[in-house]
Amino acid sequence: MASKFFESRGQSLEKQQFTWREIVQQPFSKLNDDAFSRVRSILMNGIEFESVMFQHMLARASRDLRPHLARVRQVEQHQQKAVNWMLPPDQSPLETTIGYEQVAVEVTASIAQNEPDPYLAQVYRFGLLEDFDHLYRYSALLDRLEGKDANNILQSYTDILPGRPTIEEHRAALDNLRRPYDRRKAAPISKINVCLITAAEQQTENYYLNVGPLFSDPVARQLYAEIASIEEQHVTQYESLMDPDETVLEKWLLHEATEVYTYRSCLESESDPRLKKIWERFHEYELGHLHYVMELFKTIEKRDPEEVLPEKLPELLTFANHRSYIRSVLDAEADLRTNGMDIVKREDESSESIAYRNQVNREGSPSQAVAAGYRWIPGTELNQKIA
Amino acid sequence: MKKLTEMGLNRTGVDSSPIDSKDIIGAALNSTPTSLDGDEEIGKIRASYIMNAKPLGTLPVPGTIKGGVSTILEKLAGNRPELLIDKLGERLAFERTGTRLYEAIVQKCRVLDSDRAGIPVATLERFRDQELRHFGLVRDALMSLGADPTAQTPAADAAAVASGGILKVVSDPRTSVLQSFEAILIAELADFESWDMLIRVAEEMELKEIAASFRGAYDEEKVHLETIRSWLSDLMLTKKTAVKESAA
Ligand SMILES: [Fe+2]
Ligand SMILES: [Fe+2]
Ligand SMILES: [Fe+2]
Ligand SMILES: [Fe+2]
Ligand SMILES: [Fe+2]
Ligand SMILES: [Fe+2]
Repeated sequence: MASKFFESRGQSLEKQQFTWREIVQQPFSKLNDDAFSRVRSILMNGIEFESVMFQHMLARASRDLRPHLARVRQVEQHQQKAVNWMLPPDQSPLETTIGYEQVAVEVTASIAQNEPDPYLAQVYRFGLLEDFDHLYRYSALLDRLEGKDANNILQSYTDILPGRPTIEEHRAALDNLRRPYDRRKAAPISKINVCLITAAEQQTENYYLNVGPLFSDPVARQLYAEIASIEEQHVTQYESLMDPDETVLEKWLLHEATEVYTYRSCLESESDPRLKKIWERFHEYELGHLHYVMELFKTIEKRDPEEVLPEKLPELLTFANHRSYIRSVLDAEADLRTNGMDIVKREDESSESIAYRNQVNREGSPSQAVAAGYRWIPGTELNQKIA
Repeated sequence: MKKLTEMGLNRTGVDSSPIDSKDIIGAALNSTPTSLDGDEEIGKIRASYIMNAKPLGTLPVPGTIKGGVSTILEKLAGNRPELLIDKLGERLAFERTGTRLYEAIVQKCRVLDSDRAGIPVATLERFRDQELRHFGLVRDALMSLGADPTAQTPAADAAAVASGGILKVVSDPRTSVLQSFEAILIAELADFESWDMLIRVAEEMELKEIAASFRGAYDEEKVHLETIRSWLSDLMLTKKTAVKESAA
């Protein structure tokens, strides 16, 4: 499929079947598998999660599409379970959280560098520095609450450093909205990027909402609430990049294209043969979904899917360390803030955001407290105390 | 049976990727934290929550007291019956979960044929049956005191949180027999200590019948503990220990 993105028809929908044994396979090894295998598993769960939720929202608003959505969603839901169930049970909720932020950091860095539109790329760099800071805060929590080293999850791919301090990420509602791309002008990869990053952020927020209350430590409970609040801002930010004038079928088509693209990125980079098989199989399934929706697009909208889809396979995601890129963004852009839809210098930040931030942080800041004086060091900071 | 842990490609630790590790260590060393206080900030948040915290819960009022019927519990008034009921509730829950814990290890040992490694499945089945009987003993004791054995007491709740990881290790198909028994050792250490304390509490409250009924369980728990210990030494040491499984 070097020529056309949608040339291969993949697996037909009728043949996309599962057994419980296939859905629940042996998980990956937390200790032995490459950190990017974890990153891919978490990312694909997010993509499938978005697929299912998007299709539900659509079904609630469209009588005609309902049966089609039900058929495709039957597969999406099992894909999601198969992917999410690759997480091993010895990986604690906090360790998994470190994995989630590594996804946010490395995937956003990859997208930011691939993105042809300068405004969209700037928004990604803006969000990147925030998730980068979350990784640092959660690493401090993992060290100071459980006495564990976050780098055993990150495997030395990703820096553990302060980014744009989480305490300063809290913004007034309207300062989280961004300017949408124009559906008639934006490159297909730009649309795929927005869909992909929104999915990743949405699942991260959901994950924090689910696991935050599992913690007994009040500092952990506070930190999860605080960072989940930023993830909600990120969802608001990224989804507002989508053109609201796209038709619902156009949006569905883009979702399936995003799934094809992301599974393709995974299968090309996977080192674990078992995971690679899953990515290959689901890539075929997604091509099947894509063609199913392409048909709907033709018959219902009487439009050519080629006007929405990329002509050929876009540059794939890079699952590799992006440290030098991230450090340069950190140096140049940590001080940026927002004013309405614009990303601005610190001194031009909106007064609404400053007021909102002062209000939420009035009784103290969990993200500041947890990482007060914290510098990551191999083997946890206790390793330094006994040096 | 599965072999012991082998050498292989474990990717954790800085030595797995020396060049990258050197790079991130350098960056972290040169970084400036956004707040220069220490970890005492965390302590302040925790302190304020501790000061304002409500307990996990309370003990249910025994049904017979609600009905105004005189019970043994009332005679214990002033002698901290709450403590006894709370701890009995804990023991009951622990023995009940303990039965499930042994069911899990029986299954694992049968599949992995632990008999050949000197860990007889039959012994594990006996322990499982004993845990179940202990559950019955505590249930009867609670009922004789007029308390509800189906209620979850706060001590039962806290103990279940504390031991939650034990079952998780044993029920993981990937964990070895050795890893599983090390988890069970934690349960048996707590089991043994708790029966001892429970009997002393019952004696102090002059509940002679209850204390007497618990002594058999205590003796069996002692055997559980000693047996698990000796299996662990057999699995880890080349010199076999003199302590062998008791015939009890
Ligand atoms: Fe899917
Ligand atoms: Fe984040
Ligand atoms: Fe985020
Ligand atoms: Fe799909
Ligand atoms: Fe027991
Ligand atoms: Fe026992």
